[in-house]
Amino acid sequence: MNTSAQPILSVRGLCKNFGALAVAQSIDLDLAPGARVGLIGPNGAGKTTFVNMLTGMMRIDSGDVDLDGQSIVKLRPEMRVRRGLARTHQINTLLLDNTARENVAIAIAERDKHAWTMMRFTKRWRGCLDEAQARLDEMDIGRVADRAVRHLPYGEQRLLEIAIAMALKPRVLLLDEPGAGVPSNESHIIHEALDRLPADMAIMLIEHDMDLVFRFAQEIVVLVQGKVLVRGAPAQIAANPEVRSVYLGRSRP
Amino acid sequence: MTPLNQNRALIGWPLLGHALPWVIGIAYFFMADGYLSLGTQIMIWMLFALSLDLALGYAGIVTLGHAAFFGFGAYAAGLIAIHVSPDPLVGFAAATILTGLLGLITGAMILHTTGVTLLMLTLAIVSIMYEFANRSRDITGGDDGLQGIKIDPLFGEFEFNIFGETAYVYALVVLFIWFLIAWRLVQSPFGKSLDGIRQNPSRMRAIGTPVWWRLVAIYAISAAMAGSAGALSAHATRFVGLSVLSLLTSGVVAVMLVLGGTKRIYGAFIGAAIYYLVQDATAKISPYFWEFVVGGMLIAVVLFLEGGLMSLFDMAKARIFGKADKQP
Repeated sequence: MNTSAQPILSVRGLCKNFGALAVAQSIDLDLAPGARVGLIGPNGAGKTTFVNMLTGMMRIDSGDVDLDGQSIVKLRPEMRVRRGLARTHQINTLLLDNTARENVAIAIAERDKHAWTMMRFTKRWRGCLDEAQARLDEMDIGRVADRAVRHLPYGEQRLLEIAIAMALKPRVLLLDEPGAGVPSNESHIIHEALDRLPADMAIMLIEHDMDLVFRFAQEIVVLVQGKVLVRGAPAQIAANPEVRSVYLGRSRP
Repeated sequence: MTPLNQNRALIGWPLLGHALPWVIGIAYFFMADGYLSLGTQIMIWMLFALSLDLALGYAGIVTLGHAAFFGFGAYAAGLIAIHVSPDPLVGFAAATILTGLLGLITGAMILHTTGVTLLMLTLAIVSIMYEFANRSRDITGGDDGLQGIKIDPLFGEFEFNIFGETAYVYALVVLFIWFLIAWRLVQSPFGKSLDGIRQNPSRMRAIGTPVWWRLVAIYAISAAMAGSAGALSAHATRFVGLSVLSLLTSGVVAVMLVLGGTKRIYGAFIGAAIYYLVQDATAKISPYFWEFVVGGMLIAVVLFLEGGLMSLFDMAKARIFGKADKQP
């Protein structure tokens, strides 16, 4: 990460307890424009909880989250999205009855503030659908645009999740296990999709698939029991004996 | 929906299909032969059921309190006619707007909740209103109902008489206008976002949708529409009974909607029509028998026709034209 650049997302002293269980213990994190940060850690380390707190789906006990220099801690999730903080979900949360194209177009309509339009919308909605098609093409799933989402293969649903988040034109994108549930012979689709994300977007990737993280990230943060164990370049992390013992050691003997 | 399907929907048979309800509505006027007021009643309930479809069917707002809006619209129209202006259009417009405001206020109070909690709150509101109307004898006439409503002729020309020609045409025009609004609304980006909220509110929040505001907005629009239906009812019968605010009224409109099919626009039309026609036909055999038949139909529809009676049309269409929605 280029530390000299002004961070777009800045997390300071983030704390959260569920009763006696600390799920976030004074977490600090900076994301500069164009950052590629990988967040890893064993199951239950609090990775998804961390994302939920950043996006406002879960309240924090203390600490601060700044987006572009302004605190967003008090903002509701949808307001944070409009400020430019988008996420994807570990488990697909798509509109299953709608087509893939409509799923993206609905997000575009929301982004462009057309979603209150009730009567005169034909041209605007057409514009949303056209852009949605382009977004799907970007993710290489343009050919399934007309299919209802419930009939799409899982891998394509994962790509659709990313396409929707991208359609919001976020400045910060939090990817929560984009590769989860994708069979290993299809994971290259996700790899390629991540490579195509805009260079100036700040991205944090949570992932269990180590190949994916080490390929993608410039900096890796290791979270253990809600605490940052260590952070650094991928090569440093891979060589760190502590990390190997708590995390990598199990999956990479 | 693909562009191809949209184009196909504009030509040929589907257009005829869209014209059919209105052709029947106009034809009925000339052929009713003393049954005109039944037609007016059916259209009033169609409008009411359509309003419920917007809230319950499209936006997924679980409510058993929609009678609150129908009843409020009816009392508002009746009271305005008695105390303010006997002009039907003034009363109609005022009742519609006031009911919309009531929807806005009550919606803002309860729509942060979902599921059973929301259901209970809608029941609570309609129950409070029922009791209020019941106790306020001086204003509403209590359980005797609101009497002495006198309405000027429509446009100073067409009188509301016992034959009900004016009321019928009035109701048909109002239904058509609200139908056009609803038809457009559910296809709009606003309507799409409601559809999304019904399916998955957290997905919608994740794309920046102000879910609560959206729900309050559709609830107010739906309330205004139900208020229109209530106002029509008050004008057509020149009477408002306390039962407009009863739980039964909420229940009946829900039964109509489920019978016809939710989320279909025309489902509300078919449900209300079938309900009334079955009631009218079987009540002649026995005054209690019709409830048995309607109840039986409801059970059959819920068990065997997931999309209500409208799904019979889909099946017929699929037989004749092949499945239009499938990928080539």
